[in-house]
Amino acid sequence: MASEITVTALRFAFLALLWLFIFMVLTASRRDLGIGRNVRSSRPQVEEAAQVSAPAQPPARASQLVVLEGAQAGALMRLGDQPVTIGRSLDIEVSLQDDYASGRHARLFPQGSRWFLEDLGSTNGTFLGEQRLTRATPVEVGQPFRVGHTTLQLRA
Amino acid sequence: MPKSAPDRPRSRRFTEFVLTLLAVGLAPAAIYLIDPEAAVQNRMWLQALIVQGAGALILHLVMYLRARYADPFILPLAVALNGLGLAMIYRIDLTTSNNAGANQLMWTGLAMVISALLLFFLRDHKALRSITYISLAASFLLLLLPLLPGLGLEINGARIWISVAGRTFQPGEIAKITLAIFFAGYLSTHRDLIMLAGKRIGPVRLPRFKDLAPMFIAWFVSLAVLVFQRDLGSAILFFGIFLSMLFLATGSITWVALGLLFVGAGGALAYNYISHVYYRINSWVHAFDPEVYNQPLGGSGQIVQGLFGLASGGLFGRGWGNGRPDLVAYSNSDMIITALGEELGLFGLAAILMLFLLLVSRGFRAAMGTPDAFGKLLAAGFSALIVIQLFVVIGGVTRLIPLTGLTTPFMSAGGSSLLSNWVIVAILLAISHTARAPHLVDDLEELDSSIDYEGQEAEGATSLISRISLTNRPGGEGRE
Repeated sequence: MASEITVTALRFAFLALLWLFIFMVLTASRRDLGIGRNVRSSRPQVEEAAQVSAPAQPPARASQLVVLEGAQAGALMRLGDQPVTIGRSLDIEVSLQDDYASGRHARLFPQGSRWFLEDLGSTNGTFLGEQRLTRATPVEVGQPFRVGHTTLQLRA
Repeated sequence: MPKSAPDRPRSRRFTEFVLTLLAVGLAPAAIYLIDPEAAVQNRMWLQALIVQGAGALILHLVMYLRARYADPFILPLAVALNGLGLAMIYRIDLTTSNNAGANQLMWTGLAMVISALLLFFLRDHKALRSITYISLAASFLLLLLPLLPGLGLEINGARIWISVAGRTFQPGEIAKITLAIFFAGYLSTHRDLIMLAGKRIGPVRLPRFKDLAPMFIAWFVSLAVLVFQRDLGSAILFFGIFLSMLFLATGSITWVALGLLFVGAGGALAYNYISHVYYRINSWVHAFDPEVYNQPLGGSGQIVQGLFGLASGGLFGRGWGNGRPDLVAYSNSDMIITALGEELGLFGLAAILMLFLLLVSRGFRAAMGTPDAFGKLLAAGFSALIVIQLFVVIGGVTRLIPLTGLTTPFMSAGGSSLLSNWVIVAILLAISHTARAPHLVDDLEELDSSIDYEGQEAEGATSLISRISLTNRPGGEGRE
């Protein structure tokens, strides 16, 4: 049997080993920036590109939603900073009188300085220009989009 | 490590290897310290080294081959926790002449191999999304199994075990995984409706009644577990997973407040009508009353003995093998934290909690990194699951909250618990791989057609939500 001192030393050595392990994990994970790298390196480019391609676009988000064509043509709705749902239901923000729209057809949500449009699994689809949406897509001011037989547009 | 491109993230498998080497060494070192002579004699240290080393090596190789960009810290952290638990179980065996250590070692090896197989075949966690409703059915089935006559087994008043060929198993441990998969699948699809539908009253958006259905289901399942299996810990765990994942999916405090109302109602019912819940709370509040302490059934002896153990451990502990953790009932399963606290002291226990904290933080890191909503919810849900389980069990043994029987993840003696935790590790690794892996070229091309702005998918909420809309089934409400 080892002497008293050795036993005590080993007792503390084990605790030290445990904490050494923790500090090794901490040091290694501090350098672990792998996840952010893809995103971080590409982000400035995206912002630059956005600025170059649309220099006239004001930094503020569009604040109005206008119905261009459809039963409610000419109707105008003020947008805040909350997402709005578009569809035929009566209990949503943008309630359309359009038999070709699904109950909850599409959704506009703000992110940064723009609005994103996404389809909520509608039967007839949501179109931005001629393109049927498959994922959330940014909508620019003045760009018409179609829900059912209704065409809408964002205004500054 | 070869770097194929300068902007490609490093796989960090080497970091993992080094850390795992150290983690694998913990259990043999502890076993040697417990009793050097016995350790040399029964070769337990060697067995622990071989089983854990081989298991870790297999997992490491699988990651190298199939999930090269998986998180490098999850494996060593899990191995370290598992090893510390193993050493403590073996140490308690020495004084009680049980054989739980060998059993635990066998399950450790088995669980690690199953984890490696799962990681090998799963690879992409999104496959789990397709079994959303199957896993709901599986959860019900697993929870019902212990109630079947002939198969179910009642131990210490709780009917949560099944007995197959002389071995016992807790199906509830697997049910927590399948439930988390179901919640992740369900919430990632229905998140928008749950969030946006309903009347708004002032700043609060009241949910529609039909959106409350899943909450009722979760509540009834938890209550059923409580009533029929008499297992308070699992009931709290199941509802806790649901509530935390609901919050993760919607970010709405209203839902959490509603859920806590449900918990309050359930708790009041249970306290008044279910005797063992009443005993648990009584032995928590009046733990130091002599008659409660000495009460044979539902007394507080176990908790108080555990507290005495922690107290005698002090700051630096008695040292491996020098305490008397065997005086506490179930010191190698429910009460393993107090046993470790007694022998490793506050410093050791803090280190163990730190290991758990790091493990959980890696889980959340994977959740933040992965682009799909389902993966985010699943990884964060598993992390939340570990946190809730730890809080319930450690809060219980330190008398912060009433003691409820739950296992300490990775540490407590019990094969089913160990198995389910290693399965969680495999899924977390798979998710963390998709989080860190550079985007594959064929994936990008496929995405390009649908992305119309700078070929770059918007990050964060946008991509999260866009994936949801991709898989939404066309609603039946569209009138043409």
